[in-house]
Amino acid sequence: MESSQITRRKVEAGLPRRRRREFLFQLAGMLATTVGIVFLGVFFADLFVKSSTAFVQTFVKLDVEFTENVIAPGGEWDLTYADFDGLVRSALRSEFPGVSGRSERRELNRLVSVGAGYQMRDMIEADPKLLGARESLWVPASSIVDMYIKGNIDASLEESLRPLSDKQLSWIQKLQDSGRLETRFNSALFSNGDSREPELAGIKGALMGSFYMLIVTVLLAFPIGVAAAIYLEEFAPRNRWSDLIEVNINNLAAVPSIVFGLLGLAVFINWMAIPRSAPLVGGLVLSLLTLPVIIIASRAAIKAVPPSIREAALGLGASKMQVVFHHVMPLALPGMLTGTIIGMSRALGESAPLLMIGMVAFIVDVPGGFSDPATALPVQIYLWADSPERAFAERTSAAIVVLLGFLLLMNLTAVIIRKRMEKKW
Amino acid sequence: MAKRNTAIALLASAVVMTAVSAAAIAQSGRDYIYIVGSSTVYPFATVVAERFGRGTDFKTPKVESTGSGGGLKLFCDGIGVDHPDITNSSRAIKQSEVDTCASKGVTDIVEVKIGYDGIVIANAIDATAVNLSRADIFRALAKMVPGESDGDLIENPYKTWADVNPELPNVRIEVLGPPPTSGTRDAFVELAMEGGCKSIPWVKALEDTDKDGYKSICHTIREDGAFVEAGENDNLIVQKLQANPTAFGIFGFSFLDQNSETVKGARVDGVAPTFDAIADGDYPVSRPLYFYVKKAHVDVIPGLRGFLREFTSERAWGDEGYLSDRGLIPMPQEERSEIAANVRDLTPLSMARQ
Repeated sequence: MESSQITRRKVEAGLPRRRRREFLFQLAGMLATTVGIVFLGVFFADLFVKSSTAFVQTFVKLDVEFTENVIAPGGEWDLTYADFDGLVRSALRSEFPGVSGRSERRELNRLVSVGAGYQMRDMIEADPKLLGARESLWVPASSIVDMYIKGNIDASLEESLRPLSDKQLSWIQKLQDSGRLETRFNSALFSNGDSREPELAGIKGALMGSFYMLIVTVLLAFPIGVAAAIYLEEFAPRNRWSDLIEVNINNLAAVPSIVFGLLGLAVFINWMAIPRSAPLVGGLVLSLLTLPVIIIASRAAIKAVPPSIREAALGLGASKMQVVFHHVMPLALPGMLTGTIIGMSRALGESAPLLMIGMVAFIVDVPGGFSDPATALPVQIYLWADSPERAFAERTSAAIVVLLGFLLLMNLTAVIIRKRMEKKW
Repeated sequence: MAKRNTAIALLASAVVMTAVSAAAIAQSGRDYIYIVGSSTVYPFATVVAERFGRGTDFKTPKVESTGSGGGLKLFCDGIGVDHPDITNSSRAIKQSEVDTCASKGVTDIVEVKIGYDGIVIANAIDATAVNLSRADIFRALAKMVPGESDGDLIENPYKTWADVNPELPNVRIEVLGPPPTSGTRDAFVELAMEGGCKSIPWVKALEDTDKDGYKSICHTIREDGAFVEAGENDNLIVQKLQANPTAFGIFGFSFLDQNSETVKGARVDGVAPTFDAIADGDYPVSRPLYFYVKKAHVDVIPGLRGFLREFTSERAWGDEGYLSDRGLIPMPQEERSEIAANVRDLTPLSMARQ
């Protein structure tokens, strides 16, 4: 009696202290979570605010003439050397007849993107009947005008300090008043390859590059990874060698990705002579990078299949291979696919190994195959972040948003596959 | 059984596909121009490449930014479609590189000087404007500075700009600049630091007697936190200057040109870093930019001759060409036409040069 009361008193005396510690521990956990969420929130808010303006682009309406003696002098078509920029300039001049003098005209010409000339060239190439016609065209404004319209250039600064002169501002005002200036959806961002003119630059080239690379990666890494996992899990004898292989695979998953890039440079480019910058090399390097991820996930998925299934199949007379391919594999497949998709999304976001194999390059043409020079989405982000033109800053953010979107989509697919196809035992 | 076959077929086809396509590609030619080299020349080379690609029926050249040294290494690796046609450089090719090239069979190299680039020391637009001499720059950023007597070196004691020169503001020295791998850093050290270093008579005398000692005094930047290596990303430096009005940044003129409403360049030896001052050679911290092309590749790689013509045309590198809009400082008219003629005739670099 006595002793139990003493114990009870002791416990009660210690209770407030224990409760306080419990409370502090929970508080610390909550604080840590909050800090994490706040950082993520600030990052996303900053990214979305910065990128939001990149999805629209300022356009100017010009009345251009497809003058016959410029495009086809003497009836002979000459699209390569025809001065389409000159046609755009004369359209601008007719819009502002008061502008005179060489330097003033140069300032005027800077309002419109050099893309206007390319646009005219593409139009007449597609439809030769336009020759001699007058057309009202919406052409992209230059990036400085676009930056001003989006409020990124402070007009109250001294004239010499801002990229737009007072005259240019008054011309922009006039265009706005007459309804010839408009912001529209920036479709160039999704339909063009890279460009040094921000208003013409797009991510299609980088997206296609990433796409071809991932095709190569999945074609190589998935079959090899799954085959390796099945062999190691179901067939390989347990001895020192299989232990060594297992340790190495786990270590390989932790190797910094740039090392795979060096390996790719030495083996695929210098030894196998595959051209630099091709999605094929990128895909090969990325498949090395994702192999350990896929093997580890696939082995975990195979391990999760209960032994009773194997034993039942063996008991009914199935061979070892029949057990694996008829029973274990179908049950482990969701886990394997999940692992593959997560490996792929890691490959999609990877840029370091691509630096080594020449995929950090200025490539305008959208790649059309596995051997065309290409970049990838993360590399495009890196290249744009390093460009001096200010309008690339918002496009960098936009490209990041697109990349994040794809990563989210892939991870979501992995989650759905797991939820849908997972079997509970 | 069927499933096993599919799995094996899949595996085999993947391996075969890779091997076959790798072999096929390795044998085929190249129908686009391949350019590597300096990250300083990259913004200009890419603009020309894009104009060339859009304006003609040839494919757009591929431009890789590898740095001047890395570019020359790739360039000198050999003749043939696997190797670059052109390398950009923010410095002239060295004799050792010409020798390496020659040992790999790359002999007829055509040098093309394209214009000038200025290196600016800038701070935020609303910060105090300063007038630095190259001697000030050296004193503020060198690791070791001359002490009381001749031949005496002490660890850099200057904490603020006013310590260096009483006319400068009394703020802590904080300069954001490129890392040692950068060509901009090389040029800054050579032109600004060494220029200031030479103003000290006994150090200048050292140049003839002890070249290594001279170099280590003039070329070594302090490591006590006053000089911050900010990476190769010049945009980042510009952003950091906006946030920190007492800091200075070192970068190429094109970034100042594109960000003229947020940062301003310091005067060096009394000259402001303007387009005209760099073009006239008045601004002391400026350097020529080059590219090198393999004569053996001209007329083999489609479009290479046309690309050379585009780069050396007046509409590109002229006084009012589109490259000058991007911050490339043009050469005088005479020099341009001389180089353009050289390029037309593909006059190779003379090997005896040094």
